[in-house]
Amino acid sequence: MIVTMLAEAWSALIANRLRSVLTMLGMIIGVAAVILMLAIGGGVQKQVSESIAGLGSNLLIVTAGSGRSGPLSGGAGSGATLRIDDADRIAEIDNVVAAAPSTNVPAQVVAGPINWATQVTGSVPAYFLVNEWTVGDGRTFTEREERAGARVAVLGQTVADKLFGASDPLGQTIRAKGVSLRVIGIMEKRGQGFGGQDRDDVIIVPLTTALRLLQGNAFRRSIRSISVSVASADALDQVERDITYLLRRTHRLKASDDDDFSVANLTAITDTLSTTTAAISLLLAAIGSISLVVGGIGIMNIMLVSVTERTREIGIRMAIGASRAAVRLQFLLEALMLSLLGCGIGVAVGTGLAMVAGKFIGFDTAVTLFAISIAFAVSASIGIFFGWWPATRAAKLSPIEALRS
Amino acid sequence: MTALLALDNVIKDYQSEAGTFRALDGVSLVVEKGELVSIMGPSGSGKSTLMNIIGCLDTPTAGIYRFDGTDTATLSETALARLRNAGIGFVFQQFNLLPRLSALANVALPMVYSGVAKRDRDMRAQTLLASVGIGDKPKSRPSQLSGGQQQRVAVARSLANSPELLLADEPTGALDTKTGIEVLALFRSLNEQQGVTVVIVTHDPEVARATNRVVRIQDGRVFYDGPPTEAALYGHAEGATA
Repeated sequence: MIVTMLAEAWSALIANRLRSVLTMLGMIIGVAAVILMLAIGGGVQKQVSESIAGLGSNLLIVTAGSGRSGPLSGGAGSGATLRIDDADRIAEIDNVVAAAPSTNVPAQVVAGPINWATQVTGSVPAYFLVNEWTVGDGRTFTEREERAGARVAVLGQTVADKLFGASDPLGQTIRAKGVSLRVIGIMEKRGQGFGGQDRDDVIIVPLTTALRLLQGNAFRRSIRSISVSVASADALDQVERDITYLLRRTHRLKASDDDDFSVANLTAITDTLSTTTAAISLLLAAIGSISLVVGGIGIMNIMLVSVTERTREIGIRMAIGASRAAVRLQFLLEALMLSLLGCGIGVAVGTGLAMVAGKFIGFDTAVTLFAISIAFAVSASIGIFFGWWPATRAAKLSPIEALRS
Repeated sequence: MTALLALDNVIKDYQSEAGTFRALDGVSLVVEKGELVSIMGPSGSGKSTLMNIIGCLDTPTAGIYRFDGTDTATLSETALARLRNAGIGFVFQQFNLLPRLSALANVALPMVYSGVAKRDRDMRAQTLLASVGIGDKPKSRPSQLSGGQQQRVAVARSLANSPELLLADEPTGALDTKTGIEVLALFRSLNEQQGVTVVIVTHDPEVARATNRVVRIQDGRVFYDGPPTEAALYGHAEGATA
């Protein structure tokens, strides 16, 4: 009986093709919007977590406190409060895999006739490990080169492209702040950071080299930051407390003094960002579902018209033995079919749009099975919810009145 | 023979703004199984109301209506629907076929509601179409058929669940004379050969003449109940209630 009724519902929709399509339009737009939003939201979330993973997992970054010259505060990292010894001590802490001290010097870098303003980072070999950054071509510098202050440099992709274009930078010489550096390696591409900054626009040189030759004398032994790689995510908080305790003690800070350094926990940032993007995609999906509700009201409207138009048909059916339940079921099935068909088309349209959007913004905007099942479940509920009243109205008709119409 | 229909002092009131209107005022009537009866009366006489009550489309305000021994007042809505489905076959003046369905699907529709499997109901529907003489047009829509053919489809549909009562409301009203005679002959043969009880509601004396018994209704009462004499057919047989 259900099969026959489904077939009848189908033929009723076909009989009013244009009207059925227009009725479904609300559902189509709503479902397509929800599918698209969930896909884009998912893509953004994936992008964010990937770029965070690209920073190195389980990473703590210790930054020097602000320096002061007279009344002016220099901002984080400008002070001379972090020293190389601090990094050595931090490396001793339980659960710390490696601690890489580093400093940053902005510099105009010259290669032959071309020059380029970039950041020169001075650090130790552990820097590459801690940041999970591997060399693409050539090699990175060794411990020995670092201690000796060798005049070598490893280039980020962007710098390599700007200075050397298509030619091979390996073995070439560049100059920064009057110091000649030999290019020994090119790093793999890392892409953008959170703020959209280009993380490949950088040169890495041995820390000793940077401190001696590039940085002013005043900060000889002082560094800007220490990247700390921690064994596991669970240990992050403990390590963070240990570092704070250790640095306060070695920096001889009194209980009333503020920290002259700061510790940033990337996992906390990751969590915040994930929560934020999840909230945003939920919001977008919520906006889409308003359109679904509007679509449902459209279905109810058309079903009410349909019941009125087909009053005589309902009377005939009742006269030849359709129970009220059967009449109700018939109209519910029609409403359900409208909403589910609309949903099907909406899923197709939404998936198509998500693919196009993915091409444009360069995200992976895959439509998940979860999103599709949610769309169908919601559409079915809407079909039944908004179909119920018209169907009940049909079922409540008096057969005599209905036949007379 | 057991009485198929037994109306005992049936009263039907309608409420309107003008007050209560009594459409049936104490109708008592017994129809045995296998009878071929016509119910006559001018418009407003209450014959349509009587037909609705006999067809279980409406319920009496007072009095008892038994169908095949069962007091219909004791039946639920669903049970009444089942009775209309399998116990009674309706034939209407305007055929009342569903325009979207083929002739075959129209005939099969009552069997959908009684839960017959698709294969079986399609087979039976085809047999019924053949038995009313239009076995060659199962796929046609009602709009593609002539009035007579549509009424034959309607008769076939009314027989779908082998009902005990065939209830026809002005079955020839929308047909030309010749086709009307053919449809009436169909009713007669169903009555004589298959023993189906047939009740035809009509105002047409020529239709009533083809039946074995005439019940005349006037002002909500049975005015005449007896054989189709000329006087009965043309409304001069006053007080001849059997």
